[in-house]
Amino acid sequence: MAEFLVFDHIRKHFGPVQAVDDVSLEIKRGEFFALLGPSGCGKTTMLRVAAGFETPDAGKVFLDGREITDLPPHRRRVNTIFQSYALFPHLSVRANIAFGLQIAKRPKAMIDREVEAMLHLIRMEDQADKKPDLLSGGQRQRVAIARALVNKPDVLLLDEPLAALDLKLRQRMLIELDMIHDQVGITFLYVTHDQGEAMSLSDRIAVMNSGRIEQIGTPAEIYEAPRTSFVAAFIGDTNFFEGVVADHPEPEYSRLRIDGLPDVTVYNDKQIADGNQVFLSVRPEKIQISRDQPEAKNKRNAVPAVVEDVIYLGSTTKYWVRAGGHRLQVLRQHARFFLDEKPIRWKDDVWIFWHGDDGFMLEGFQRDDEKLLAAPPQKVGET
Amino acid sequence: MSSRSRRWQEVLLTTPSFLWLVVFFLVPTALVFILAFRPSDPFGGIGRGWTLGTLRALADPQYLAIAWRTLWVSFATTVLCLLLAVPTGYTLARASARRRQLLLMLVIVPFWTSFLIRVFAWKSILHPEGIIKKALVLLGAVDANTSLLYNLGAVVLVTVYTFLPFAILPIYAAAEKFDYRLIEAARDLGARPFTAFRRVFIPGIRQGLVTAVLVVFIPALGSYVIPDIVGGPGSELLGNKIAQRVFVDRNLPLAGGLSIVLILAVLMPLLGVLALQRQGTRVAPRRDEERP
Repeated sequence: MAEFLVFDHIRKHFGPVQAVDDVSLEIKRGEFFALLGPSGCGKTTMLRVAAGFETPDAGKVFLDGREITDLPPHRRRVNTIFQSYALFPHLSVRANIAFGLQIAKRPKAMIDREVEAMLHLIRMEDQADKKPDLLSGGQRQRVAIARALVNKPDVLLLDEPLAALDLKLRQRMLIELDMIHDQVGITFLYVTHDQGEAMSLSDRIAVMNSGRIEQIGTPAEIYEAPRTSFVAAFIGDTNFFEGVVADHPEPEYSRLRIDGLPDVTVYNDKQIADGNQVFLSVRPEKIQISRDQPEAKNKRNAVPAVVEDVIYLGSTTKYWVRAGGHRLQVLRQHARFFLDEKPIRWKDDVWIFWHGDDGFMLEGFQRDDEKLLAAPPQKVGET
Repeated sequence: MSSRSRRWQEVLLTTPSFLWLVVFFLVPTALVFILAFRPSDPFGGIGRGWTLGTLRALADPQYLAIAWRTLWVSFATTVLCLLLAVPTGYTLARASARRRQLLLMLVIVPFWTSFLIRVFAWKSILHPEGIIKKALVLLGAVDANTSLLYNLGAVVLVTVYTFLPFAILPIYAAAEKFDYRLIEAARDLGARPFTAFRRVFIPGIRQGLVTAVLVVFIPALGSYVIPDIVGGPGSELLGNKIAQRVFVDRNLPLAGGLSIVLILAVLMPLLGVLALQRQGTRVAPRRDEERP
């Protein structure tokens, strides 16, 4: 699998705003690739550069080995699914889907055949003669997909395609998109701010922030081993500690000195030297919580804490606890919630503990990234 | 509220406009119709009795020629206005807010001057000693003896000039509401810029186009001042003939007959639009009075 769609040092600014700042990406043939980031991070600009609606200030775009940087949109074998769908309101569903083939002057019999096949794929044969404004949001979405796919593009660009749908429909369309990707086997470049969509669909994700790529990796890599504090905070929730690397009890493990806490053991794969200021991130679901002090184990970090808030979330409960001046979130599954133990309540004294491998030290910590974390609720039950 | 009192309210609210239409539109139109069937008397009045002579007189080839000329001058004016107004409306709608203000001002500013003065201004612009003529002769584009004035070309030119703002404004209004992402979608699907414009933008501003056609074509049919001032003997329109019959010949029945022809010509595009509406398409409200 060679690189298929390549962005080479792309830069693009709009007025004083540097929307994309020296971004390079290599997307493989047939891959489902997501660009994930908050609004204004430059992900949509990247998509528009791929579609040909924006010309980069610097850098090149290659598709299947051929440079397409200055090719106008109508000459690229790339089709887009727009956030607003942009279906032609004066044309029926059938005519919308046929549009691209008619422009390409394909024979009529072939157009009819392909359009029928697409209508079948999106299961809308009986709606074919309706105008788009008579369709529901999910149906419009499917027509937009069919209108793009019928041209058999090399790459399908999807610009927040599910943003306009409600939650249930979004979940259904997620599955549908995944199935369509499996069936047609073309390369998908998917732009979204929703980590759930990106995680569940993509082969690989590029997390973008203020015009730059923070990290590229599989969903599991991004979640389990975020490289920067932005990624750690943007993907899922996490707890941040600020500390200093004290010493190395084992070659691969360091001890961190954190204000108000006993020394914490952490896996140091990045070989950060002693004496450096670092940040530790621990995911809430990796921390365990208990009334009793856990038995001491090698590389286990255990800290006494006080419960400040308990938020029941159905499948899980979130505890906000205070430990040595740090406010932390702990997530717990309800396997035995009502059976063999007294539930943990507000103001209870507890122990929290996690394994040294479950924390990771971060480079490039920005104080601002803490704002991405869920703010602690003021009162119990407010999430 | 009961349906009865609502009905009364409806009646009360519509009565003034209904009376207005009856007194100032239906009755005068009926009078014009009646006039056409009365004989004229030599002193410019209306004789007694009834006659079909006027209608027969209308079959005169000179009237047919004038009616035909009126139709195609109006048609040419409408087509030229649309050709100019569509790109203008598009540019206006795509301009930044500040530029748009300025450009719209430029479209509207001629209305600050009297219509008559503007037509007279054209007379001096096109005058044999005027700047355009001199420039064209200098460039060798026209012969020194050709006249830019007093012909059909001058009539069409000034009529287009007069009605262009009325075509631009509804088209601009439609273009402003148009979703330009549709053009991107068309480009994305392989359409060249002009194909996207033709296949997506033009159908998208259909309503504005229909309104523009009505507000240009219908008043152009009745135009009378423009051919009178910049036109010549070969460019008289129905409006001029009616005026001549009234003011020069004092033949009111013949003027009434010609007016009927004009009214029928005005009705045609309206009926056309109604037929379109029947097909389930919506059309902007029509206007059927001469504007200037």
